[in-house]
Amino acid sequence: MSFTLITGRTAAQGQSLHKGKESEAYHRATALVEMNADDMARLGIEEEQTVRVHTVSGQVELPAYSADLPAGMLFIPMGPTANLIIGTDTESTGMPPYKGLTAEVEPV
Amino acid sequence: MSTVFEHIVCSFCGCLCDDLSVEVENEQIVKVRRACGNGRGFFTDYDPTPRPPLVDGQAVSWEEAIEEAARILNASDSPLIYGLSSTSTEAQRKSVALADRIGAIIDSTSSVCHGPTGLAMQTVGEPTCTLGEVRNRSDLLVFWGCNPLVSHTRHFARYSAMPKGTFTPEGRKSRTIVVVDVRPTQSTKMADIFLQVKPGEDFAVLTALRALVKGKTLDVDTVGGVSIAQLEQLAEKARDARFGVFFMGMGLTQTPGRDMNVSELFTLVAELNRYARFSVIPMRGHGNVAGADQVLTWQSGFPFAVSYARGYPQYGPGEFSAVDVLARGEADAALILSSDPVAHFPVAAARHLERIPTIVLDPVPTLTTKVARVFLPTACYGVDAAGTAYRMDGVPIRLRPVLPLSRPTDEQVLDQMIEKVM
Repeated sequence: MSFTLITGRTAAQGQSLHKGKESEAYHRATALVEMNADDMARLGIEEEQTVRVHTVSGQVELPAYSADLPAGMLFIPMGPTANLIIGTDTESTGMPPYKGLTAEVEPV
Repeated sequence: MSTVFEHIVCSFCGCLCDDLSVEVENEQIVKVRRACGNGRGFFTDYDPTPRPPLVDGQAVSWEEAIEEAARILNASDSPLIYGLSSTSTEAQRKSVALADRIGAIIDSTSSVCHGPTGLAMQTVGEPTCTLGEVRNRSDLLVFWGCNPLVSHTRHFARYSAMPKGTFTPEGRKSRTIVVVDVRPTQSTKMADIFLQVKPGEDFAVLTALRALVKGKTLDVDTVGGVSIAQLEQLAEKARDARFGVFFMGMGLTQTPGRDMNVSELFTLVAELNRYARFSVIPMRGHGNVAGADQVLTWQSGFPFAVSYARGYPQYGPGEFSAVDVLARGEADAALILSSDPVAHFPVAAARHLERIPTIVLDPVPTLTTKVARVFLPTACYGVDAAGTAYRMDGVPIRLRPVLPLSRPTDEQVLDQMIEKVM
């Protein structure tokens, strides 16, 4: 099943970055993926279970959390973890594809 | 004994809230009042203690560090200067002067936030107003692809949704709030109308809305996941509004379509001026990213992605924008000014900064300072350094520091570098 991945700001990410990007608080705030609860059930993914998220640019393992997202969408807070799977094709604008990438998810 | 500074500006985000109260005791910030969760840590977690610069991880004098930075820039054939958005306008001017002097490519964090918005402004113009006008006059607010309650936490309360103004005596009740997003957020829960768009379909929804505003009939029931009935409702409210304002964010600029999405929104806003006064304001992230656009535009003629390699400014989004330059491995040295591209760039672009000599000016350690050949721990603008910053609506605001200056400022360090480069 293909997903649409979007990355973005969260309150925890914005507040914890002042503690330093190597702090435990920042890591906890940014190294996670949010999913639609029905999608998680369909793929047999439990709350906080580690999943592997693939895009054309790479893959990363993260704990999954259910969130109020439409089916077929993944959300990862902006930051160095999300950027492991974001590509550099800016379509001649300078802007990488931080939102709207196609991604796959599988339980680890 | 403590001193309380009133009417202090928070320079963390583009809201530049100027009503903070900051209590200082023994040259340490002990309390910050009225700041949001994002802004408070900007003051309270900053340690102003002077620190020595580092060259290859070793502490050196400021003179030695600046000498090494100048040597790196002088030896470079294709230097990149990047960042700019979390420092003063005065330091931004110096960074452009340095780029001009050494023939560098210079780009700000705009290229990974509202660069596409700049492209749209160049295509269709910018119908704009100030946040003061929003506060005093707006009766219809549309937030498209942004989540202010998380990213600009006091925006609703201070500038847009809530405040009571001259022609908005009932505050929130004087306004209709519309939020457009691909998912429910904290901000959509505050809205009178929430339009949930399918990812990547913003352009189609905006085009449909333009048609409906003009009274055209569409032979479909939904566009981009939004019902025509809902879009008709918004079109009618827009035509009946007295003073409407659109705010837009990364939901448009980072989504497929990028600048085309924003152009469509700006065109809609321009067309709505046939019915009432309508404006659009981009939700600018970093405290002085709007200033970076202003300074680069008045110095070079272009807002971001500028190359001085030929001795005169050339504009090239996609060519001279930092992610593209680094992903192609074209820069052979970099100077990063108050920004953390190692954390915020796609990894393939960020890794190039580890391969080339990188100079970083930043008040705090970051993932980019970790890979820097030269780290210059400068003062923090708005906390211990004075300066000017541009609010998201283009209003310049003077920053008054609350702590005594005990570190060199970005402006001073760049000034010394300019003297030493050829």
